[in-house]
Amino acid sequence: MAKIDWRTEDDAVLLAPIFETGKGFYITVAVLGAFVIWGIVSYLIQYTSGLGVTGMNFPVSWGFYIVNFVFFIGISHAGTLISAILRLSQAEWRRPITRVAEVITVMVLGIGGMNILIDLGRPDRIPNLFFHGRYQSPLLWDATSITAYLTASTVYLFIPMIPDIALLRDRCAGGWRKALYQVLALGWEGTEAQYRVLNRAIAMMAVLVVPVAVSVHTVVSFVFSMTVQPMWHSTIFGPYFVVGAIFSGTAMLLLVMAILRKAMHLEDYLQPIHFSYLGLLMLVMVLLWGYFTFAEYLTTYYGNEPDEMRVFYAKFGGKYAPYFWAMVVLNFLIPLPILAFNRTRTIAGTVIASIAIVIGMWLERFIIIIPTLANPRLHQYPQGSYLPSIIEVGIMVGCIALFALLYVLFSKLFPVVSIEEVREGREKTVEIVEERLRRYTPGLGRLPSGGASSLAGEKR
Amino acid sequence: MPRWGMVIDLDKCTACQACVVACQEENNVPFIEEGEFRRRRDISWMKIVRETEGHFPSVKMRFIPRPCMQCDNPPCTRVCPVHATYLNPEGIVAQVYARCIGCRFCVAGCPYTVKYFNWFDYHARMPEGLRRAANPDVSIRPRGVVEKCVFCHHRLIKARDKAAVENRELRSEDYVPACVEICPARAMYFGDLNDPESTVANLAESPRAFRLLEELGTKPKVIYLEEQ
Repeated sequence: MAKIDWRTEDDAVLLAPIFETGKGFYITVAVLGAFVIWGIVSYLIQYTSGLGVTGMNFPVSWGFYIVNFVFFIGISHAGTLISAILRLSQAEWRRPITRVAEVITVMVLGIGGMNILIDLGRPDRIPNLFFHGRYQSPLLWDATSITAYLTASTVYLFIPMIPDIALLRDRCAGGWRKALYQVLALGWEGTEAQYRVLNRAIAMMAVLVVPVAVSVHTVVSFVFSMTVQPMWHSTIFGPYFVVGAIFSGTAMLLLVMAILRKAMHLEDYLQPIHFSYLGLLMLVMVLLWGYFTFAEYLTTYYGNEPDEMRVFYAKFGGKYAPYFWAMVVLNFLIPLPILAFNRTRTIAGTVIASIAIVIGMWLERFIIIIPTLANPRLHQYPQGSYLPSIIEVGIMVGCIALFALLYVLFSKLFPVVSIEEVREGREKTVEIVEERLRRYTPGLGRLPSGGASSLAGEKR
Repeated sequence: MPRWGMVIDLDKCTACQACVVACQEENNVPFIEEGEFRRRRDISWMKIVRETEGHFPSVKMRFIPRPCMQCDNPPCTRVCPVHATYLNPEGIVAQVYARCIGCRFCVAGCPYTVKYFNWFDYHARMPEGLRRAANPDVSIRPRGVVEKCVFCHHRLIKARDKAAVENRELRSEDYVPACVEICPARAMYFGDLNDPESTVANLAESPRAFRLLEELGTKPKVIYLEEQ
């Protein structure tokens, strides 16, 4: 096929970062790369000298790594799930958001799982999980669920991307990129039969990823709730963690959208209305999170079991009170008014709320894990304490930088906004929505023609 | 099949710490340097925990020697992903140091907090003399694995071998953990809880008997005696 000049196209701004590389890209990659190297060096130090280089001790035997594991898995949660829900509910405004969201999941999920491996005292014995694996342990439920979600999310990211990859293949001059696109496009020509298969596959994956997504954070919570430790052993933990995950994930999605909008000049694609709609979703999550937190802590308080109350007071008025109350402010008191009013639910407003929520949800993971370990049931022990070491901080920074770096590299190879979906929206949305309105609004009547065919297209 | 259990009479215990020292020596529990101790990484399979009741001037203090409770329904073994800790047929909660991947899930899952992690290779960091004094019957734990009291299991193996050589059945008195053997106040008893004639089985029925955190349903095989 002859090479097409991408500059003259409708969605040129989406193709620009792929075909043109500015100075900003190199600076970003260099800075992020430096942080990633800091993380890698930190891990190498830990690998050679042992987990003793961390701040963990007795009885606080889990620290930053497990906090980050839960946090990153939570962040990864929202992407694929939100995209699937928006696709299934046929929300037209989803088109520029779906891929932005899906990429977050694929990139962060692996980083979350990686934190469990970083936390192992004997990483050289990982094969034991295969040779002597014992499925009774919730840790293996995690491994199963996370790998299933990672596989499903990657497929779910890839399938809708095929037409875009084919589009890139046709516009690429040559070199390794052309070869890469050639392979990944799977011979896409855009025939009607191919579209039919593609749409079916997308619809099936969208249904499939929802239960897998819910299972992931449920079993992450099971790591804690399956033990008998005070304030961990709670039946509410499964849904509480799922809600928290979607909550923090939505916040991260909004942040990524805001950054991409500025950095890649996507003002036409990611409009204030997208931030406003997602802000509404986040508002629902703020309220749900507040409700779950209230229910969880009130039940503990009212039950007044001595072992639980020691943990409870450590959070409410003791050593961990500053973190606990910071969490309440950042997760509830700041975002609630911002997101509740149309006047403040702007791009700037949602970004402020999102930053608060991402930090607040990290604190939530911390406040769930550490105080329980520091206050074991045998209260005859002195209360435990934990302070992360520079190694743990380095690895955490490295993980965050790795996420950003992977995202930047992805955006260099593939368009972060689905060209195919936007194009389809431009060509069909009006017709599809009109047909839909006519179908359920009494007295509007049917379209004179083309009703049936547009319904088929609506499946996407 | 025997079910090994321990009875500790708190009314007799003087909190002299002899059991703590004997355990440390017998099981090659590493002596750690001061810095690591300050970071709360000391390992003590047997530990005397203190409990203070009331306020000055009417304070009552009691001391509880705390080995692993060897639960019949252990919360720690359930969560192990690789079978590195399990309840063996004789009721001892075993640790397989060579298989442990160091995830510390069992440490987090134990309600009695009796499990310890080797944050560094503490044995290698000990002075040469101390290292040479290691008990050859007990394996040295490498860095990155979890360890805890296993009722001096090596003594059981030895006693059984001895009985086999002498061509006789293993007698209950052949096998006694180091802490029980050394107790100067004779406050500790050890034996087969399944044998209705044994001292431990009888003492376990005593009205003075109680178990730690009994309400969790872990069914500990370390039984304490104390006048209420």
